[in-house]
Amino acid sequence: MTTPDAIISPPGDLALRRNQPALLDLYEQMLVIREAERNCGALFAEGAIPGFIHLSDGQEATCVGMISALRSDDTIASTHRGHGHALAKGLRLDAFFKELMGREDGACKGRGGSMHVADLSVGMLGANGIVGGGIAIAVGSGLAHKLRGQDTVAVSFFGDGAMAEGVLHEAMNIAALKAIPVIFVCENNGWSEFSPTATQVSFTLEKLAAAYGIAYHRIDGHDVGRVAELGAEIVGAVRGTGRPAVVECLTTRMRGHYEGDSQRYRDHGQPLVDPIEVARGTLLGMGVEAPALDALAGQVRDRVLAAVESARASAEPSFESVLAGVYAVEAAR
Amino acid sequence: MSASRFAHAINQALDDMMARDPAVILLGEDIGKAGGTFAVTRGLQDKFGADRVIDMPIAENAIAGMAVGLAMSGMKPVAEIMFMDFVTLAMDAIVNQAAKLHFMFGGQGSVPLVIRMQHGGGLNAGPQHSQCLEGWFAHIPGLKVVCPATFDDAYALLQAAIEDPNPVLFIENKALYPMKGALSDPPPRVRLGKARIARSGRDVTIVTYGAMLHTVLAAAETLAAEGIEAEVIDLRTLQPWDEAAVLASLRRTHRLVVAHEAVESFGPGAEIAARMAHVGFDELDGPIVRVGGPFVPVPFSRKLEAEYMPNDQQVIAAVRATYG
Repeated sequence: MTTPDAIISPPGDLALRRNQPALLDLYEQMLVIREAERNCGALFAEGAIPGFIHLSDGQEATCVGMISALRSDDTIASTHRGHGHALAKGLRLDAFFKELMGREDGACKGRGGSMHVADLSVGMLGANGIVGGGIAIAVGSGLAHKLRGQDTVAVSFFGDGAMAEGVLHEAMNIAALKAIPVIFVCENNGWSEFSPTATQVSFTLEKLAAAYGIAYHRIDGHDVGRVAELGAEIVGAVRGTGRPAVVECLTTRMRGHYEGDSQRYRDHGQPLVDPIEVARGTLLGMGVEAPALDALAGQVRDRVLAAVESARASAEPSFESVLAGVYAVEAAR
Repeated sequence: MSASRFAHAINQALDDMMARDPAVILLGEDIGKAGGTFAVTRGLQDKFGADRVIDMPIAENAIAGMAVGLAMSGMKPVAEIMFMDFVTLAMDAIVNQAAKLHFMFGGQGSVPLVIRMQHGGGLNAGPQHSQCLEGWFAHIPGLKVVCPATFDDAYALLQAAIEDPNPVLFIENKALYPMKGALSDPPPRVRLGKARIARSGRDVTIVTYGAMLHTVLAAAETLAAEGIEAEVIDLRTLQPWDEAAVLASLRRTHRLVVAHEAVESFGPGAEIAARMAHVGFDELDGPIVRVGGPFVPVPFSRKLEAEYMPNDQQVIAAVRATYG
């Protein structure tokens, strides 16, 4: 049995804090996701996005930071709260909005919607409507990377609610046993849907990782610079050793479980930490002028709005084409 | 090429496909060093190594889920669920993930995955090791379901399943594993979804699949001695099933029996009977009659299980019942 070699994020200056352009880039990606989510909420409220949507406001730093450490040929499997993962991994904004609005030109031709956005061309193996549903898929993808002799890695994003699912236990056991290059990234927002996770699980992820002999890392998931820097270290280690890692990003779910959630179960007096404000504060502290950040936010708003307008104008799918899409066509022999 | 037992034909197909395509890998419980509970994968780990014949812990959920991830990332996994009864622990990966991804992602990618498992009673394995649950999966858009009954089909259908870009459930009947016989040389190639006329006849069509084929063929011989010539259709694939072949046979015989080991109530026979009652209504000279397991869990006791199993006498009675 190997000993877990936890890297707890060290305090003090990080190189990235002095690296203004890199942080600006991460900040911009977070703005894109926040602005996309804001538009999703508005489109949902007006009825232009049907179904259920789960917004990721407050969790932008974990997905942007972790994914900034990945290559395009690395793979990720995501969750029902997966908009940020999809966009950060490279899904185009217009294909994203078209999918959420159920249009033919959507990323998934309107067959999947919010809970199933995927872009296999950028290694995004799908959001998932089943809590814990993507975990074993990511481990399998990681095993494929290994068997194909590549140095690519797989990342399983999951929420703290999924810690109660049995598949996490199975997957961590196998990843450790078989030395699979997969990173289990828990976005711990403290909520298991409508219940505090403290009432749902009797253990900590750190101890669970230790039980499997998997390296464990805890990161303040509100600090995108820290997530990116430690993410790069962890991804580099997994890429190099081929062994799995567990990362717990402490983060904040700023909105309800889904849009329309009245959140009567929540204490609204508690102040919420907003990772975008954290990054903005850091950038201002580094000497970036506030008007420059405001101008950037304006550009992001325009880009997102253009994608929304393009989605509004796009065509509805036809049912005839749906029937032909259930099975993949047999490859020519 | 030869295979002296049914299990060897499956082993041979796995062996040949692995030799041909490095993307084909096997994963399952005790399939490597132990060679599989029924010795179906014996010798393959020695030949192809532990990286391609992967012994997995007892974790059906993760085995199936990992197989989905492997299939999405360039591999062609053949996962084994030791007994079909244990597939209940892997349902999310199969039903919510594997079956839906190609469709749900708008045609991006595919899930070229085979899940092998064995069903059926007759070994006194009791209620949790004997069920025939194939009807569950035939009900799910996006899955294919295959049940071989002969040596050539065990080989050729498994080859077709591995080559198929979709998730395929390949369901073997444990009672067939020791069956003696030989593979054709070279083994034939078949397409999934194509039924086979296992016996020609003019008087009644009996549709079946899997191990029940052999029971039905025995019944057909008895009926022939009485002057009733049964045409026996081996479906081979339940999803998609060969509706055209069944209808064509019904047009020749005008009588229909559907027989399987799975529980009769809500079983695959109900779909076939309902479909034929619709598209073949004018062809029918008598009621469509089904034969299947009774609506009880498969009992353990040797005596009880023997009485539970659908037999040739029930098939003969069903044929007589089509005469009203």
